[in-house]
Amino acid sequence: MTSADTALKRPAGAPAKAEISDRGRAERRLGLLLSAPAVIVMLLVTAYPLINAVYQSLFSYRLTAPDDRRFVGLGNYGTALSDPLFWQTVVTTLIITVVTVGVELVIGFALAMVMHRAVFGRRTVRTAILLPYGIVTVISAFAWKYAFDVQSGFVNSWFGLGDFAWFSDRWAATFVIILSEIWKTTPFVSLLLLAGLAQVPRDLGEAATVDGATAWQRLKRVTIPNMKAAILVAVLFRTLDAWRIFDNVFIMTSGQEKTQVLSFLTYQQIITRTELGLGNAVGVLLFLSVVLIAAVFIKGFRVDLSQVRGD
Amino acid sequence: MESARSKSLWIAASLLILVWTAFPILWIVMLSFKTPSEVGNVQGFFPKDWTWENYETVFKTDLFTSALINSIGISLIATLIGVVFATLVAYAIARLEFPGKKIILSFALAIAMFPVVSLVGPLFDLWRNIGLYDTWPGLIIPYISFALPLAIWTLSAFFREIPWEMEQAAQVDGATNWQAFRKVIVPLAAPGVFTAAILTFFFCWNDFVFGISLTSTDNARPVPAALAFFTGESYFEQPTTAICAAAVVVTVPVVIIVLAFQRRIVAGLTSGAVKG
Repeated sequence: MTSADTALKRPAGAPAKAEISDRGRAERRLGLLLSAPAVIVMLLVTAYPLINAVYQSLFSYRLTAPDDRRFVGLGNYGTALSDPLFWQTVVTTLIITVVTVGVELVIGFALAMVMHRAVFGRRTVRTAILLPYGIVTVISAFAWKYAFDVQSGFVNSWFGLGDFAWFSDRWAATFVIILSEIWKTTPFVSLLLLAGLAQVPRDLGEAATVDGATAWQRLKRVTIPNMKAAILVAVLFRTLDAWRIFDNVFIMTSGQEKTQVLSFLTYQQIITRTELGLGNAVGVLLFLSVVLIAAVFIKGFRVDLSQVRGD
Repeated sequence: MESARSKSLWIAASLLILVWTAFPILWIVMLSFKTPSEVGNVQGFFPKDWTWENYETVFKTDLFTSALINSIGISLIATLIGVVFATLVAYAIARLEFPGKKIILSFALAIAMFPVVSLVGPLFDLWRNIGLYDTWPGLIIPYISFALPLAIWTLSAFFREIPWEMEQAAQVDGATNWQAFRKVIVPLAAPGVFTAAILTFFFCWNDFVFGISLTSTDNARPVPAALAFFTGESYFEQPTTAICAAAVVVTVPVVIIVLAFQRRIVAGLTSGAVKG
């Protein structure tokens, strides 16, 4: 080995910063080159279409009547924001998001505890928990829909509900939608929380036990505060995910019985009604609401995203 | 040490989890073995008369078979390209010093939070103008870009754990950056890359929004979208049981992957998310 060149012996992760050598320049070029394909694809699919969506949202434009296209400024936003249907959609989305994330946090924590503590059948439990994660959302939606459906389901006969039509009632339908969403995405939450649990120093809990703390006190005073970062990351990701809910609603109710959500409203305006101007305005509003939620979490709750990004 | 009582409590909890996760899958399987006429006439969980009829129906339906081919082809190609791109970025982020690193990571994070439906309208327009509407690349491109963030995090987290001295040793021996990457790091990184591939594949396999918006025929329509429009063998019968048979068919690969690679998936989902 020729170990003459000491410049190469820099510690990992702490490169020499002083001189911009040829080697440094080559490294920069390589770094940008390696990142280019991914960045270009991500930009191509998001940046240009997003700008285009903003542009289109300024026109009254229906695909079926291209000659009637005219500039309306922020008119579409006014139409959307003053429409009771839009606000009803926001309320439905909000309820689904809050309930789903709340319940998932509790169940997810319980699952994480079982995975963390289980001495026996650990592998089996983890495999079982991953199943819903891997199942296609549309299929989960069909499974729960058919289970509650009057025609095909077993839920009514099992619980003696006669011919109660779950999907003809706003809240009953919303309940089933939430159930499917929870089933499908709790595994993700529980795995994030499991990673958080693994970070809680074991001796802290033991010390608390020695000091006579009950299980509940240990949970509240030791475990949860020590995994706050993991909890916040899980809540942030799942909140934004639930806020964009689409598949379950599409399959189960197609937005009937006032179960429309924001993503579905956007889709319906653009694809079904080919109302590109208004549809894109709703889409932009959806995008802005996501930015707002993310900003609130990151600034307000100080979610440390460097942990997420791993830098 | 756990007492016997709390031990049996944990076992009971584990069993409860098994039931909760397996139940809806079992239900779909049961439905797929019912005769179409049983649905609506006989309520209940288990089939009265077991039948393979629904599986025969779906495999005779062109809409389903072509959707299955589309799903497999599109997902595999998107996974392959996406993982190659993610590997390059993650390597650069973990190992090289260059401007814009932070921006790339933040940008990827933003993409992960992006409401995809907001893009459906413009992409629909753009794809029709440039001839990508209702084609494989028309789905592969958006799949790659939205699966990339997860793949990039998983891989950057994984790459941090790799013994990089080996790369340096290779460089000392006269290898270039690129050679060191290809000959030394790639074999070490393979398990992480494989995990990222599984997660990317799940993402593509699961997609519904792009599947229904950017396709119109069996030319490129993937299974989840096809299921939503599936009418079954006869328009006069409920397609319920046939849909379930199709659902079981696309769930089988997922179950196999989960059973075989449980550890990798757990590691992938947790490592990228919270620093250990």
